[in-house]
This record gives sequence, C-alpha cells and structure tokens, in this order.
Amino acid sequence: MQAIDQKLLRDFKRLWVQAVAIALVLACGVAILLTSVGMYNALSETRLAYYERNRFADVFAETTRAPLSLLPEIAQIDGVQSIEARISGFAILDIPGRTRTAVGHILSYPETAEPVLNVPLLLSGRFPDPASTDEVVVNAPFAQEHGFAPGDTFSANLEGQKRELVIVGTVLSPEFIYTIGPGALMPDNAAFGIIWMSERAAAAAFDMTGAFNNITLSLTAGFRPEPVIDALDTLLEPFGGRGAYDRATQVSDAFLDAEINQLKGMAAILPPIFFGISGFLVSMVMSRIITLERSEIGLLKAIGYSNTEICLHYLMLAGLIAVVGVGLGWIAGTALAQSTARQYAEFFDFPYVIFRVSYWVYAAAGLAGIATTSLGAAQAAMKAARLAPAVAMQPPAPPRFKRSFIDDAMARMRLAQSTVMILRSLLRWPLRSFLTSMGLALAVASVIAATFINDALDEIVERAFFQTNRQDAMLLFAEDVPEAVLEDVRNLPGVLQAESQQFHAAILRHGYLSKRSAVEARRAGTDLSRVLDSDGLPVDVPPGGIVLSDRLAAHLDVQPGEKIEVAFLTGKRETFDITVTELVELHFGLGAYMDFEYMNALFRQAPRVSTVNVTLDENETDALHAVIKETPRITGIVEMNENRRSFQETIEENIVVMNSIYIAVAVLITIGVTYNAARIQLSERARELASLRILGFGRGEVSYILVGEMMLIALVAQPFGWAIGAYIAFLMSSNFTSDLYQIPLVLNPARFSFASLVVLGAALGSALIVRRRLDRLDLVAVMKTRE
Amino acid sequence: MADIIFRTEGITKVYETGEVKVYALAGVDLALYKSELTVLLGPSGSGKSTLLNILGGLDHATDGRVWFEDTELTDMSDRGLTKYRRDHVGFVFQFYNLVPSLTARENVQLVTDVAPDPMPAEEALDLVGLGKRMDHFPSEMSGGEQQRVAIARAIAKRPQILLCDEPTGALDSTTGVQVLEVLRDINERFGTTTVVITHNAEIQRMAHRVIFFQDGKISETRENKDRLAPSEIVW
Repeated sequence: MQAIDQKLLRDFKRLWVQAVAIALVLACGVAILLTSVGMYNALSETRLAYYERNRFADVFAETTRAPLSLLPEIAQIDGVQSIEARISGFAILDIPGRTRTAVGHILSYPETAEPVLNVPLLLSGRFPDPASTDEVVVNAPFAQEHGFAPGDTFSANLEGQKRELVIVGTVLSPEFIYTIGPGALMPDNAAFGIIWMSERAAAAAFDMTGAFNNITLSLTAGFRPEPVIDALDTLLEPFGGRGAYDRATQVSDAFLDAEINQLKGMAAILPPIFFGISGFLVSMVMSRIITLERSEIGLLKAIGYSNTEICLHYLMLAGLIAVVGVGLGWIAGTALAQSTARQYAEFFDFPYVIFRVSYWVYAAAGLAGIATTSLGAAQAAMKAARLAPAVAMQPPAPPRFKRSFIDDAMARMRLAQSTVMILRSLLRWPLRSFLTSMGLALAVASVIAATFINDALDEIVERAFFQTNRQDAMLLFAEDVPEAVLEDVRNLPGVLQAESQQFHAAILRHGYLSKRSAVEARRAGTDLSRVLDSDGLPVDVPPGGIVLSDRLAAHLDVQPGEKIEVAFLTGKRETFDITVTELVELHFGLGAYMDFEYMNALFRQAPRVSTVNVTLDENETDALHAVIKETPRITGIVEMNENRRSFQETIEENIVVMNSIYIAVAVLITIGVTYNAARIQLSERARELASLRILGFGRGEVSYILVGEMMLIALVAQPFGWAIGAYIAFLMSSNFTSDLYQIPLVLNPARFSFASLVVLGAALGSALIVRRRLDRLDLVAVMKTRE
Repeated sequence: MADIIFRTEGITKVYETGEVKVYALAGVDLALYKSELTVLLGPSGSGKSTLLNILGGLDHATDGRVWFEDTELTDMSDRGLTKYRRDHVGFVFQFYNLVPSLTARENVQLVTDVAPDPMPAEEALDLVGLGKRMDHFPSEMSGGEQQRVAIARAIAKRPQILLCDEPTGALDSTTGVQVLEVLRDINERFGTTTVVITHNAEIQRMAHRVIFFQDGKISETRENKDRLAPSEIVW
C-alpha cells in the first residue's frame, strides 16, 4: 500500500465518529431508496406476474340479468380477446361459532373447464364438483380468519334460502388482492369472504339459469379499453347493465395502484433529502479537514504530488464515507424492504411476492450515495488541489472580521464578550451557519412529516367515523326496497334509530371530462350519515342540485353553480343536467350527493332505499345478528365500529413503525449535523478557547461559546424546519391522495413543538459530547501547535 | 569552476495585499553550483524563503528568469513544476511538516512512492541515524528526530538539490548540530547541491559559500576558505 493511502486510512480512522455520523444519514437515504424502489418493483412485478399467470381481466361489468345468448355478440366486439360470464351475488353468512353475521360475495365457477379469466389459484383442496350444489371454495384469508379447512361447513342465506355449504378448497384470486366488502371502508376478512360455487348451484340460487349478471373481458394486446367499454355498455343496456369499467376502477386493482403510486412518491421525495444532507455534511467536514491539513497539502505538493493526485486523495476520503454509508444503507434497506414486504403480504392477498431488489437498484442507490458525497467533497478537494504550494506551507491568514452595523448594535446592547464571539462567528460564516441551520431544519421537518400522518389519520377517523358516518351499522339490501322497510328495521332487536339512504351508480360528465361514481341520496336533516362542509356543519343538498366532493369536482373541473351531466346506470338509465351547489371535503371515496325526495322524483318512483343506517343498542347486537342471518332481503351488514377498529389497527401498526424510523432518522441527522459542526468549531477555535481558559475563563464559560453557538443555530433552524415540514406534509398529502382516499393536510402545533423538542434535545446532546472534548483540552499543547 | 545548477536573472516577487505592494525579491541575480553547500543568511523578510520557493518550483517569480541546469523554470506550467519537484528537489522545512498520521517510514515512503529512482525508505532513515525508530509516529519523536525524518524524506528520492528552510530553527543547539551533521554528510557523500536558509549567523561557517540577503536583494556573497564541521559550531 502506498504511503498516501496509508494516510487516507489513518485519517479515516481518526475521523470515524464524524464519518459514521455522516454515513448513517447517507445510509438512511440509501435504505429508503432501496425499500421504496424495491417494494415498488416487488409490487408491480408481482402484480404483473399474478395478473398474467391468472389471466386478470381488463374490462368488468355487472347487469341485472343478461341472457347467455348475448355472449357471441360480446365476443364480436372489436378488441375483445376472451370473455368470462359469471353469476355474482351477495349473501349473509352464518358462521359456526360466530354470533355476528358475515357477508359472502358469491361467484359462479364454470362447469366444464377452468375459468378463462380471473383464474383462482388453488391453495388447498379442490374446486367444487360441477354437479354438486353445496360445495364451495373460499378465499384463503377468509378461511384462515375462521380456521376453515376443506371439509368444514358454514351456512349462507341465498335469496331467502338458508343453505349449508361445504368448503372443498381455499383459493386466492387476482380479482381480490385487496378484499373489501360492499359499503366497508377497510378490509375485514372475518366479515367478508369470497365464495365460488358451481355454476349450476349459483344459477339455481340467484335464478340465473341461462343468464349471467357479471362479465369480464380481456383485450387484445395494445387495445384501449374505452371503445370496448362503450360497445359493451350498448349491448348490456337493455339488460340492466350498470356501466362497464376498466382495471383503474376495479376496487382491488385501484387500491393496489394507489399503494404503488405512494411508493413511487416516497422514492421521489425522501431519499433526495437525505442525500442532500449527507452531501452538505461531507462538504462541511472536508473543507475543515483541508483547512487543517493545509501544510500537509503544501508538503505533498512540494514533494511532487500532482494536483490530481491530491484532489483524488481527498475525494477518496469522502468516498470511504460513502462506501460505509452505502454499505450500511444496503444492509438496512434490505432488512427494511423485507419487513415491508411481509407487511404488504399481510395487507394484500398475494399468493407469492416476487421480492428481489434488483442489482441495478442497489447499484443506483450506491451510485447516488457516492455521487452526492463526491459532489459535497468536490469543492473542498478542488480547493486543496488549487492551493499554491508556497502559500499552503504558510499558516492561513486569520479570518477577516469586519465591523458592521451589527457590531454597533451588539455594542449598544452591552452583550458579554462571549456572546459577541458567538454572534460574530455566525455572521463571519453566514453561508455555513445557514446551511448548518438548514440541516437541522430538515431534521425538524422529517419529524413533522412523520407525525403529520398521525394527525391526518386521526382527522380521517374523526371525520369519517364520528362526524360523517355516525351510524353503528349499515344494512344492505339485494336491491332497492320501498322505504316502508324502515318500520321493519326499527322493529329489529337492538335498533334504536333507522334512516334511509339510496345509492345509484352513475357517470358524471362535464365537457369532455367524465368520472364514474356512486350518487348517494338521503333525506334532509338526516342525522346518522351526513355530508359535512369544511366547517364540519351538515350540508343538506337542495332539491334540484348535486353536491360533489372536492376531488371529484377537480376531476371534472367543475365549480359550484355549473351544471354537470349525470348519467344514471340504474333504473331507467336516464341522464339529467344537474347544478353543482356545493363542494365538500371527503377522505374516503369520491362522493356525489343528492336530495332523497328529488332523486325519487327523477326516478319517478315511490321512495325506495338501498341501505338503512342504524344505531344499535350494544347489548342486543347478538340478537340482531341472529335475526339478520334469517332475513333473506338483507344481503349484508357493515358495522362501522368494526371498520374503525380495523382501520385504526392496520394504520397504527404501520404508523408506529414508520414514526419510530423517522424520529430515529431525525435524531441521526441532528447528531450528524450538530456533532460535525461542533467538532469543526472546536478544531477551528481550540486555540482561541484555550487562550480564554488560560486567561481565567471557567470551563462553563468557555463551553458556553461552543454550545451556545450550536444551540443558537438550532433555534434559528426551527421556523425553517416547521415551514419545510409543512411543505413535505403538503407534498405527502397530495402525493398519497387518490380516487380512493384523501390524506388531509393537518398541521398540529403540538407536533411542531414535539419535532422541535426532539431536534433541540439531540442537538444539545451532541454539542455536549463535543463539550467533553473541550473540557479535556490540553491547554499547553494547543497553544504550542502551529497553525 | 564547477557547473552551474541554478541561475537567476533579475527575479522579483511582489506580494499585493490590498493597496500595499510588498517587494519580497527586488531583482536577484544569482548562480548556484553543483555539489555546493550554500547558506542564505539574512533577517526575517529579506527574501530568502521566497527565493527558495521559486528555486524549488513552489512559486512563480513576478518578473525575471530562473534556470535549473538548462531548463527554464520561469514560465513552467503547474504540471511541469510538479514533475520538476518530484524528480529533482528535496525540501526540508523549519516545522518538519511530517504527516502526523504516518510513521517515520511511511512519511519517507510518501516520496519513494512517487520518485523515479528512490532509495529504500529504510536506507534513507539509516542515513539520518533513525534506523531504529522507523515505526514511530511523529508525535512519539523529539524535534531533532522529526527533522531528521524530514531530511530522510527529502533525500530518499536522491535529489540533485536539497532546499532547507531554517532546518534548525525549531531546535536546540545540540539537536541542531546533529541535523547539520546529517546535511553535510549528505552533501559530501552524494554531492547533493544543498541550500540552507538560516538567520543563525554561526551556521554560515559550515558552508562553501554564504549569500547575504537584505531587503529582497543580495547584499554580499562570501566564500569560506576554512569550513568548520557542524560539531565545531556553537550557538
């Protein structure tokens, strides 16, 4: 090994605490990049492979009842590759040992061969015997939740007929990677299951012999779904078609897509911040090293080392830091990505996860790490290379301090000399002070960004479950029923309050923009399920108008007062021009609302309801479920408390992990910045501070200068940190928002103070560590060293 | 007369600090001869170090011309000067300028790694009497020892010229004498042209030739008929 490389290694060893502090920040960037890009790839690749192998459809449609004779015509639609017609229905399930009801989504399984599209993947047992009427396969998460194995039975209320069903197998399906029941806001595998039964049995149960009510199509490669959707809608319209849609609207794929986009957003927002900070730290440390090693640089040049060799020497020092950071980031990123993959495996029902972070991701993360540190070191290294040898051998000129108006102000304030020293040093290197401050501001911001999600989710829970959906449960009916059903519902055990609500699928259009959404109608003054304005006050939709969620309005580019076209996909499938009267903020789904009476008038029908919202007497829940299990018209019950619990559980698990990571990261950044800045201060001012000690200043007084300056910088950082944190929160909220949900931007002062406390605490801690070195300063030795 | 190794014609060096112009060298004409041990003597600020830096290729003159043998250094590029230093010049400084993170041997290897025809680092350290302390770090050595490491480092490349800026400036007289012994030994053994800057007048007595500096100019040049051995010098 060459002597100059020997020097490199020894320098690195001497600087290892500083180097590791920087490397850890870099490692955070690398790890997050690996995790988000790795998970992004894993989810996209897994989805792609799963969809391909199990032939996930491209276009989906439901009808009331269409004859099988329509199929050849559908197959003729230009661009259609294959079709799968099915019978689909919902049923209340009675599961042994469970007092609560569950809802089953029943799908027919073809008699002759395996399905052409959306092929379920058999995990255990076998598919139902075509001739059997009671054999079913269920989705594996549902089976797992209830401890079902092939051979177990449960009963289902199929159109008024209570039937005992035998599980013969468990499956997973590409249609139900994210399984969410009708009306539910969160997946609940105990309360919602997918059930495949033989076509013959399903046809008998739902009166669909010779007919179908669900169809899925796959398209020829490269064919756009829109024309096919239009053609399919035309064919299905006479048979109660409810509007075909593509993958983007298919619930499971839409959720998966939202998650994948979030990962993309995470990869784009966070790693650059960490890379930026580590680049800054490297630049700070390297320029100090070069100042300290001035005479050594002069010497190397005097000996005959070229500018390039010297430049490279210092770049390699930065390179070593990068290597450690990238290495640590690779290890942490791999572990983090694996644990995230496990979380995803729980959240999404994949039969397998193709998880391999490809080598190029490692390579790219590594290169990005090395590039940023090199960039950070470049200026200092070039400065080293540019130092004229004769000048380098001389001690550097003392930094120039000039009197300015600030000095006069300080003089007038009669500040202590030590305070003047602090302020003057900050002003002498304004850029460095500012950048150090910015580093700490980013630490504050990262805590705010992490804790912001907490508040956003609290706000969602508060708005969705306590303000908007105040009902304890929703009772779902197979089809709309006369409003007189309210009386029957009120007579059910435990029901305290019952209110009606109507849902219609519709396509909303404004100019060339259109969006498929459910339109909800409820009576004015409804108390349980409400629409709220931005002040949290209930909004009653005026007859003749429609209220839209702000995101839906943004999709359609429509303002209150403008008219939109509402094409209903139910009933007589009529289209109306309706004025948008107000926009509301909504966290789940898109949402469009109309007055109940007005809707019924438009449909020219006596008031009908799709769901009944109820409040319940908790003590009678069991009795209620027992009755519902026997009530044929009710196809489902959505319990809001269960929804909230499942929402909070899922979120909290993720949030706790995420928050801990971010706070750890913030502390690492703070330590990296403060420790390095304080060490540099100490090395620059050792002589000055030692002189003060010799003059009779106490340890406390001397360390006040060092710690005071750091803490002043940290204090200045706070408002910047709040602003950047708020901005990152804004970016996250807009990036994570999709058609399915919206993350509200909630800025809570308590979180800002918490972030400041974390960062100021960590800053004080690291400054005090450096202070210990100051206490141990060998006064005589410091004064003797030449600089 | 011996061959000329360095020749300068009217070199000046001006430092500008703000509005003030400081003439470090104000027109120096000089010739230095092969294998000669020259002492440059003069008060602080008289231009000795500036001249040495220009001769050693560490700095450019503001005006005038400088030759090393037949090569003109005056307008040589940075790259050219680097190669010139690497191949021909050894430096010894007052404050040793050892790299603190490298041992004595490694400090010498800094040079042997890049020089075209170096002697082994161990041999160079043997020459200065430090064969037994090769693996010590600078912080574990006395000032005299550190300076001898610096000399070993300078001579390890077998330089044609050894430029020493106040080599004994930071040393007491006993260790100073040891260092001077080494310098004379190298000069005699290898015929290395040696230039020693000092403001210690006693040291002139070991030189072949003494050049006096005053206000950036040569005020006097004197040849020593009777040179003293360093051990005979006392200060």
